Amino acid sequence: MTTSRSSSANVARRHGVDRLVTLAVHAAVLVAAIPLLLLVYYVTAKGVRMISVEFLTDSLPLSARRKSGGIGPAIIGTLLCTALAAAMAIPLGVLGAIYLNEYGKTSRTASVLRFLANVLAGVPSIVMGLFVYAAFVLRFDGQGRIAFAGALALACLMLPIIIRSGEEMLRLVPNNLREASMALGASQSRTILTVVLPAALPGITSGAMIAVARAAGETAPVLFTIGYATKANWNPFSGPNTTLAQFIFGNAGQPFPAAVDRAWGAAFTLIVLVLALTLGSRILAARFSSR
Amino acid sequence: MTRVSSRSGQAGRVRVRAGAGDRSFRLVAVLAGGVVLVILALIVLSTTNQAWPAFRHMGLRFFTSSRWAPPDNEFGALSFIYGTAVVSVLALVLAVPVSLGLAVHQSVFAPPKARAAAIYTIDLLAAVPSVVWGLWGFLVLRAPMQDFYQKVSDVLSPVPLVGRLFEGPVSGLSFATAGTILALMITPIITSLSREVMDTVPVAQKEAAWALGCTRWEMIRGAIWPYSKGGIIGAVVLGLGRAMGETIAVALVIGSSGQVTARLFAAGDALPSQIANQFNESEGLFRSALIALGVTLFAFTILVNLGARAVITRSTQHAHGAAR
Repeated sequence: MTTSRSSSANVARRHGVDRLVTLAVHAAVLVAAIPLLLLVYYVTAKGVRMISVEFLTDSLPLSARRKSGGIGPAIIGTLLCTALAAAMAIPLGVLGAIYLNEYGKTSRTASVLRFLANVLAGVPSIVMGLFVYAAFVLRFDGQGRIAFAGALALACLMLPIIIRSGEEMLRLVPNNLREASMALGASQSRTILTVVLPAALPGITSGAMIAVARAAGETAPVLFTIGYATKANWNPFSGPNTTLAQFIFGNAGQPFPAAVDRAWGAAFTLIVLVLALTLGSRILAARFSSR
Repeated sequence: MTRVSSRSGQAGRVRVRAGAGDRSFRLVAVLAGGVVLVILALIVLSTTNQAWPAFRHMGLRFFTSSRWAPPDNEFGALSFIYGTAVVSVLALVLAVPVSLGLAVHQSVFAPPKARAAAIYTIDLLAAVPSVVWGLWGFLVLRAPMQDFYQKVSDVLSPVPLVGRLFEGPVSGLSFATAGTILALMITPIITSLSREVMDTVPVAQKEAAWALGCTRWEMIRGAIWPYSKGGIIGAVVLGLGRAMGETIAVALVIGSSGQVTARLFAAGDALPSQIANQFNESEGLFRSALIALGVTLFAFTILVNLGARAVITRSTQHAHGAAR
């Protein structure tokens, strides 16, 4: 046994260590919060003063040196690519999730697909860009750099995220809903479409919005696949296009103040878009889990 | 009490009697899942196919030479592989302590409201696009970082051995800046995965620790850490995979000058940033070599990710075994 004096020293030491750890943990929160606040501050401070109706709608400047010009075509390109990617990846991803959770479950095929979805989730975004360049753009002899090609790359990026979150959400649907539906004589496909899917919908939507937000901000997959356009191009299947992220990347390194200002303005626009999607998905998810 | 056997039996029996519509819906779902396989196969085939001329031209020297000279058709990727390794490891060294601190804070320290707010903030941090981090790093962080490096270099470079890491001349765009930005970008993923693992520690274990009169730190060390060790290691390795593949932010702040050097404050280059910066100005064998860099990167990240998954699967099985 220790003497009472050394045991009280021991207690003091233990509490000292505990206080140190508490301090370290709170320091970590501060260390993580400061860069985020700085980033938001700079993007807002430098970006907001650029925002005007002309800036958001005008064509891109023909020369980076010029003061005039906006980011209209890049906004259109971002929305076009992201929407098209979502239109491809969301139905496929949700169907894949339905297979994994409702049909495949613990079967061999399902485990393999689950594993492959994880592998796909780990593929770097730039490799997705190279892949679509090699497998799609090259086939069209100089005409392949279109918004649709960028959308393909973004869809490959979104697909595993949607499958994984979709499966999680389907798993949360209580089994007695399925059993009740089947007891009423509904087939399994009808049960899934009319009972399970509606119950999981808010959660699935939230996961899909996270994926869309991530895709909207991606640069690497579109860098080699959609080309560059200074005028708005609403046709995703013909002619080059531009996205906000790509525009920021191209202008960040320019030596001209006007180009840098436009990059900040575009960054602010992009961040507002992405954060709105993320917050929206959080609100949906919160509503889902509180039910 | 009657208990309905939940998953297995019932669904199985219905499936036997499935009608044509049911079968075709199932088929559509399987095919949708199969798209993942098709995409992965196409990624491997099409990129390797395009990269082949460069691999054949360079042979093994592609991985062992650090001379990258497109005009001479010399493509040695070593300096980019080295750069990717350096910035990823640096990012981990910086991000892991902070992420674990955040995860512990959210899982143990924070009251429910603060916890929710912290999780929201981490989600926002994760949502900031790579190119915006890069823009900020390039335009804002660069100058103060250079001053900071100079001071660190003045103090630390005379130290034997370790000093070599901090030798000048220093550059605001460098391995160290890229590592810092990457650390910020992978903190959210390591934090949220670690927090999820820590949240699965059974309450009984924590309460047992409290009942023994443990301090908070002793509870963390004795009850939470042994239980969630494996999952946390998996989260860290997943963060590593993310850091290795991260392109645009690194392309803006690494300084784009491929070299193998111990100096962390020197400009360097990494696999993905070299591809992003050069691809649109390349053609022929040069372009093939850039795609070969992509294939190399793909192989590395897949290995790292599979490693992480294996660790996570094993540790969750352990954890479930312990819970029962």
